[in-house]
Amino acid sequence: METISFAGQLFQYLITGLTVGSIYAMVAVGFNIIYNVTDIINFAQGEFVMLGGLIMVFFHVAVGLPLILAFPSTVILVTAVGILIDRLAIRPIRRPSVLTLIIATIALSILIKGAAMFIWGKDPYDLPAFSGRNPINFIGAVIQPQYFWVFGFLVFIAVALTFFFDRTIIGKAMSACADNPDAASLVGIDVKRMVLLSFALSAAIGAIAGIVITPISLMEYDRGAMLAVKGFGAAILGGLGSFPGAIIGGLILGSIESFGAGLVHSGYKDAFALIVLMAVLFFKPSGILGDIEISKIKRF
Amino acid sequence: MLRIAKLPIAIFAVLIILFPWVAREIPAIDHYTDIMVFVGIYCLITLGLCILMGYAGQISIGHAAFFGIGAYVSAILTVRFGINPWACMLIGTAVSSAVAVLVGAPSLKLKGHYLAMATLAFGIVIFIIFNEEIEWTGGPDGMSGIPGLSLFGFAFDSAEKYYYLVWSFVILAFIFTINIIQSGTGRALRAIHASEPAAGAMGVNISKYKIIVFVYSAVLASLAGSLYAHYLNFINPSTFDLFFSIKLVIMIALGGMHNLWGAIIGSGIITFLSYEWLHYFEEFEVIVYGAILLLVTVFLPNGLVGVPGIVKGWFRR
Amino acid sequence: MNPVNNENVLEVQGIAMSFGGLMALSNLNFQVKRGIIKGIIGPNGAGKTTLFNIITGSFPPTNGTIRFKDRPIEHLKAYKIAERGISRTFQTIELFGNMTVLENIMLGCHTRIRPSFLASGFKFPQSGRKEKQILERGMRILKFIGLNDKFNHLAENLPLGEQKMVEIGRALASEPELICLDEPAAGLNETETHLASSLIKAINAKGITVLLVEHDMRVIMNISDEIVVINYGQKIAEGSPEEIQNNPRVIEAYLGSEA
Repeated sequence: METISFAGQLFQYLITGLTVGSIYAMVAVGFNIIYNVTDIINFAQGEFVMLGGLIMVFFHVAVGLPLILAFPSTVILVTAVGILIDRLAIRPIRRPSVLTLIIATIALSILIKGAAMFIWGKDPYDLPAFSGRNPINFIGAVIQPQYFWVFGFLVFIAVALTFFFDRTIIGKAMSACADNPDAASLVGIDVKRMVLLSFALSAAIGAIAGIVITPISLMEYDRGAMLAVKGFGAAILGGLGSFPGAIIGGLILGSIESFGAGLVHSGYKDAFALIVLMAVLFFKPSGILGDIEISKIKRF
Repeated sequence: MLRIAKLPIAIFAVLIILFPWVAREIPAIDHYTDIMVFVGIYCLITLGLCILMGYAGQISIGHAAFFGIGAYVSAILTVRFGINPWACMLIGTAVSSAVAVLVGAPSLKLKGHYLAMATLAFGIVIFIIFNEEIEWTGGPDGMSGIPGLSLFGFAFDSAEKYYYLVWSFVILAFIFTINIIQSGTGRALRAIHASEPAAGAMGVNISKYKIIVFVYSAVLASLAGSLYAHYLNFINPSTFDLFFSIKLVIMIALGGMHNLWGAIIGSGIITFLSYEWLHYFEEFEVIVYGAILLLVTVFLPNGLVGVPGIVKGWFRR
Repeated sequence: MNPVNNENVLEVQGIAMSFGGLMALSNLNFQVKRGIIKGIIGPNGAGKTTLFNIITGSFPPTNGTIRFKDRPIEHLKAYKIAERGISRTFQTIELFGNMTVLENIMLGCHTRIRPSFLASGFKFPQSGRKEKQILERGMRILKFIGLNDKFNHLAENLPLGEQKMVEIGRALASEPELICLDEPAAGLNETETHLASSLIKAINAKGITVLLVEHDMRVIMNISDEIVVINYGQKIAEGSPEEIQNNPRVIEAYLGSEA
């Protein structure tokens, strides 16, 4: 094992980066769903991921539900949290300015984090990998089977959202809200319901991200904030509001982080993604894809 | 017209002067003077944050960074180089100003969420640097042996003496900030908050004012950091984490960020909560903070200083 | 009408503006003589507000020059242009709603005092003197626009017509040589429109050049000395109100699309 070639090492960084990047991509997609419908950046987005992981541990490990039952139960529960957030915290705000909404979602974020600490304590939790932990060796890199589940769910989310926004009435209504809320409400679309739905959908995606990443990186109560910031970085990198951009942004950000931690300085692992985020905000807030057509496609 | 009455300031100053004498006599609260030192230190930061967020309408979720820069510049220069603490304090403000200009110039072009995220990311990056640059900062273990402050042979070596030192800074900063708010500068800041296109068309150099007020808030936070380091004689990075930046926002949101008194009230309440009243909750106090912040956002958009207005509204009905 | 000399206070030369490939203005040329009221008309979406935004520095044009008092200004930021002596109002009201009427006007004097942060914080005597001066000037302007009794009201609580007046007052406060009014009569009733017209004339009588975008044809025909007509980002006519009213291209631009 000591004689891993440099090329193999690089390949390993890439694979790890893309896996983590897939999670950032899912968080970024969650940001975009809410942002497109409401113009709100939900700073509590990362908490959905944390809840997904920990609730899954509860259902699967503590209660002993089989994977096939624990998975949907977790997603449903986190989705319910998303719905509660909109009903109890976002909708009651009487004069919603950008600042109040930012503060409100930050409040939610620390509230959820505190509640998670209350329920699960401060220890990280493990979750059995979906199909075991026998790594596959490929060009000198060690690939966990769980990595494929992560990529698989990213593809699944992309395909499912495409279908949802293009083929279903509700999805089309949500897209209409995103494009022009006034017009949407004129033609009889219940904008409030769409906002609620956007929180539900983005909570569900966050939950999936948390469930699939926990077997790889464990999960603990305070992971949400960093996941949210990095997911936002991914969304910004790809152009806020663009779904393909979110996925490309997430994969790039994950890779930068992985290579940075591996080749430059592991202690600054978290800093790389944040510095990329700041650089993009400072120099090209419209995202790296900028004027390229893909960033203008809001849907898949 | 925006006028801040002078009488409450005078009363407030008298109360601040008398407080340690009263606290000294009552055993149950005799340690409150010590807590009030921290209230004063946090007031310095929130006064700057209040004018930045409440008046100029900008957002910062990274001010723990400037607090930390002040503290670490003081700590490193005194402990490792033996430089005079007061000089360190000045150097700290200079470093903070430079960082504020470097980060503020590109950040403050951003609006809303973008600005919030940029400052948040900045705060975390600085926090990571405090943790990782071990040969300078001592890493997660922090730095000890930071000397106290003394002036012309008079050492501020007790909570009471330090209390008066810190609150002198607060009162000066309070008056300076009030002067800003009541001047043409304050008007320009509020105009930027209300409408950037109109402020620009009326001749307000928007980016200049934004950077100046950002630097001012960074300088106050940096001073607070130095005062903190020289009081505790020990610092470690966990004081300057993301949650502290959020706590600062909670302070001004609770007190009311459209009013300087809000900064003082909010700092006071939150500091007493975390140093005294929430001991029972231990680390679950974060739930209380989250609940406070959420309730204030939903029900008291103008914070506690807005409560009299709401009550008046009830009676008018 | 003021005695008109031939000095141009503003020259718009070959201005073009495109937003992501969409041409909002193309090769626009006209001059504004000192001391006149120049009207700009055109159907919706003709590019009038874009032109105002370029003149007052909201964004630079894609192409062309704008000369104010013989100096190019098209590359300057909004605040610099305000300092040079151009002021404006907005089509959609952009008052500082959380400030009082008087404070709004006093902010208009910003270019004349340019308060410094340290001088304000330390309360240097000169900043106090300046404040007093502009407070008095603010009250004079409020009297001029007839709102001196409402000086202490929050701007956002005024009715629309008075808000429009405050915007004009605020623009006047910077002592501009050229004032750009973007639809000052939009949304006003008959009486208010009449008041606005006489106010604009009174401003002009003080020697201030007025550039006026307006949809209300009676207003523009009554008070303008000259009119430029823009359609699809291009100038289609220029001349006195009588000439414009009888210009077949203008009639076509306004009626042609409906016929």
